[in-house]
Amino acid sequence: MSLARRDFLKSSVVISGGLVLALNLPGCSKPQNVAGGGASQPFVANAWLTIGSDNSITFLCDRSEMGQGVYTSLPMLLAEELGVALNRIKVEFAPAGVAYTNNLLGTQITGGSSSVRDAWEKLRNAGAQARTLLVSAAAKEWGVPTTGCRVQEDGTIVSPHGKKLTFGDVADAASKLPVPEKVALKNPSAFTLIGKATKRLDTPLKVDGRAQYGIDVRLPGMLYAALAQPPALDGQVKSFDDTAAKSMPGYKGTVKTSAGVAVVADSWWRARKARDALKIEWDAGPNAALNDAAILHGLQKAASEDGKVARQDGDAAAAIKAAAKIVTREYQLPLLAHATLEPQNCTADVRADRCDIYAPTQIQLVAQGAAAQAAGLKPEQVNVRTTFLGGGFGRRLDVDFIPAAVETSKAMGKPVKLLWTREDDTTHDNYRPPAFDTITAAFDKDGKFSAFKLRLVGPSVTARMFPSVVEKAIDPFAIEAAANYPYDVPNVLVDYVQHEIGINVGYMRSVSHALNCFVVESFMDELALDAKKDPIEFRMALLEKQPRYREVLKTAARESHYGSAPKGHFHGVALMEGYGTYMAQVAEVALAEDGKVKVHRITCAVDCGQTVNPDTVIAQVEGSIVFGLTSSLWGEINIQNGRVQQTNFDTYRMLRMSEMPRIDTFLVDSSEAPGGIGEPATALVAPAVCNAICAATGKRLRSLPLSRHRFA
Amino acid sequence: MIKLNVNGKDVQVDVEDDTPLLWVLRDTLGLTGTKFGCGVALCGACTVHLNGSPTRSCVTPVSVVGEQKITTIEGLAPDHSHPVQQAWLELDVPQCGYCQSGQIMSAAALLAAKPAPTDSDIDDAMSGNICRCGTYQRIRAAIHRAAEMKSEKTPSAS
Repeated sequence: MSLARRDFLKSSVVISGGLVLALNLPGCSKPQNVAGGGASQPFVANAWLTIGSDNSITFLCDRSEMGQGVYTSLPMLLAEELGVALNRIKVEFAPAGVAYTNNLLGTQITGGSSSVRDAWEKLRNAGAQARTLLVSAAAKEWGVPTTGCRVQEDGTIVSPHGKKLTFGDVADAASKLPVPEKVALKNPSAFTLIGKATKRLDTPLKVDGRAQYGIDVRLPGMLYAALAQPPALDGQVKSFDDTAAKSMPGYKGTVKTSAGVAVVADSWWRARKARDALKIEWDAGPNAALNDAAILHGLQKAASEDGKVARQDGDAAAAIKAAAKIVTREYQLPLLAHATLEPQNCTADVRADRCDIYAPTQIQLVAQGAAAQAAGLKPEQVNVRTTFLGGGFGRRLDVDFIPAAVETSKAMGKPVKLLWTREDDTTHDNYRPPAFDTITAAFDKDGKFSAFKLRLVGPSVTARMFPSVVEKAIDPFAIEAAANYPYDVPNVLVDYVQHEIGINVGYMRSVSHALNCFVVESFMDELALDAKKDPIEFRMALLEKQPRYREVLKTAARESHYGSAPKGHFHGVALMEGYGTYMAQVAEVALAEDGKVKVHRITCAVDCGQTVNPDTVIAQVEGSIVFGLTSSLWGEINIQNGRVQQTNFDTYRMLRMSEMPRIDTFLVDSSEAPGGIGEPATALVAPAVCNAICAATGKRLRSLPLSRHRFA
Repeated sequence: MIKLNVNGKDVQVDVEDDTPLLWVLRDTLGLTGTKFGCGVALCGACTVHLNGSPTRSCVTPVSVVGEQKITTIEGLAPDHSHPVQQAWLELDVPQCGYCQSGQIMSAAALLAAKPAPTDSDIDDAMSGNICRCGTYQRIRAAIHRAAEMKSEKTPSAS
């Protein structure tokens, strides 16, 4: 195999058939066949695809499967060009490796609704390259030109004269051929898989308990750990007494880690009971006096500081000065927790010269680095084994649950599974940033909408996680659905004041889209009602140059029977582009006798360009809407003395079956490049629902959640 | 030692009486299909059947199980043959999948008790199971579909 010139494999790769290629591990600069024998080598076509001499086809999935369907949609891209049926492909999760860098985000990362967009050409190319090599190898063996040779969907190559060789037969020969630099990709009209509703490959594993999540990892000799973390965020352990824990059944040890005190036992329940028996004196740390009022006050105060400009068209200040009418409003949004149903966990196995971590992570190279640091090893000595994720939503872009597991395994000299409780998870998240935004519209003497100004204030996730990105530039993930303000207004100014609040904030599903869209789309409704115009007509008049926005808005209006809601029901609308996807939602709500809102139906029109698996697109829209509705109704994290007040699902509520609205999703035909779909629908729910509540009650809601206003 | 009957097999486990059944299944017996979500019977991810009744194993001390037959997701039916599993496959219900063992166990118990559940029956039986991915619409449709499949399989009384 001529792997040296293929610069894709930077860490160890496990492939089927018991063959292990260990690359760039210490003392192992060349690939080694450590388990197999015989001359036949598997054909490692590229970083994603291996063809075994047993005719197996293995796809190394370099994005984390957290429900969004990459376990199916990514191999679909590959299979389309390789020319085989999807069920011929075995999917495994890829290791950490720079070959797996997400070109849209700069590291190996599953986030930003970017998996399909990033892979769209990359994986189709990978499939086409491999097919070209395999066909060339077969043609060479037959002594015929490649033209006329074809690939059957079972992975057999057929010569013009009807001779047959399997991929496995020619795998070894194909690996010796030069990789073609350029391969032709199919015209979309020739797609047989892409764009067709396709059954998910992971469903069979998820209906009988076989799918392995991080929490399910079991290793020989493994111990279990529960972690006592400082109750006040960023607090420290002052001292601890584990006398009582030591006499409890199954107790194995206590380890003071960088994240708190870990108690280790021979089962997790025993570890947890022993943890609860610890006596710990805490130093409450820098947030000892932090509470909601202080956070809000800080944000409000920061609103008068200078901001970084996110978007500037014309001269908004001058237009506002010259205006005949000015409308200014303030909007506010709370902290939120991600609440993945699988609590944070990591299993670590630290040895003298290596470390394996089994983690539900969205960010493998960062996880590798964090584990290496905790273990005192080099990153290349850490093998990251990604499991299925029991929800991601951005929570697992952080690696805060990894070092303590590694430190505990190292101290115990055994594999350790460290698992948080639900309460640990809710009280030690990296929370969705709060926001305090001031929004202004100006109208000239003819009543024309002359200026739009939006001042965003909040803490920056990017400044914490990727500080180099924001050294000189604005945080691109704080302004998303504000900077792309679509309405035709001559003077626009959007700026952002980064104001830190003392606690860690994290990326959460739809990121700043949800913050920004609530403000922008609620305010557009205010302006429409103020002008005594229908909210959709008001928007349409400002979207003359925006065909994709117009089309989804028209579709959502039509399909929701906008304007003719059943008696006692009211409609509200919201519109947004995010991740290259255009979307409009119409919420249909009614108010119960007790004044609580009941969301009956949400209609969502989507233009996400070319779809890969349309059934997954619809599922992601539905799921995102539920996520957004949960946040809208009850989502709020409160801080008192630096401690998070919500703990479990009684105080941090999730939408349940009986509260589920009907969701109708309509995909607009589009030949544009694929847009992201895992997140955008989340962001439109709050403004659509609040606009409907305003239609029903006349009450304009400028903060969330709705429970704060007694609507939920 | 505590005697249990899990998925038709008698087993003995050496754990404290107050150990929740969930952790006996997961850590002692290695049946990890049953999931931990909240630990206090708020999310339903840990749902198993005790003599066919849906039970939150995270708050069920192992000592109270006695001779009741425990069924977990692994023992629901061989080869995905249960109508609920069939319907889940047909409609591609799961997303992340973490809650789905619990959803399927709750749905299977519902159908055993009510072969043709109404939407309101589904609300009542399923509202204890949280799905953070928000697959409720498909869960509802799949329960109706499973009820259809079940009635197709059952020979008509006439």
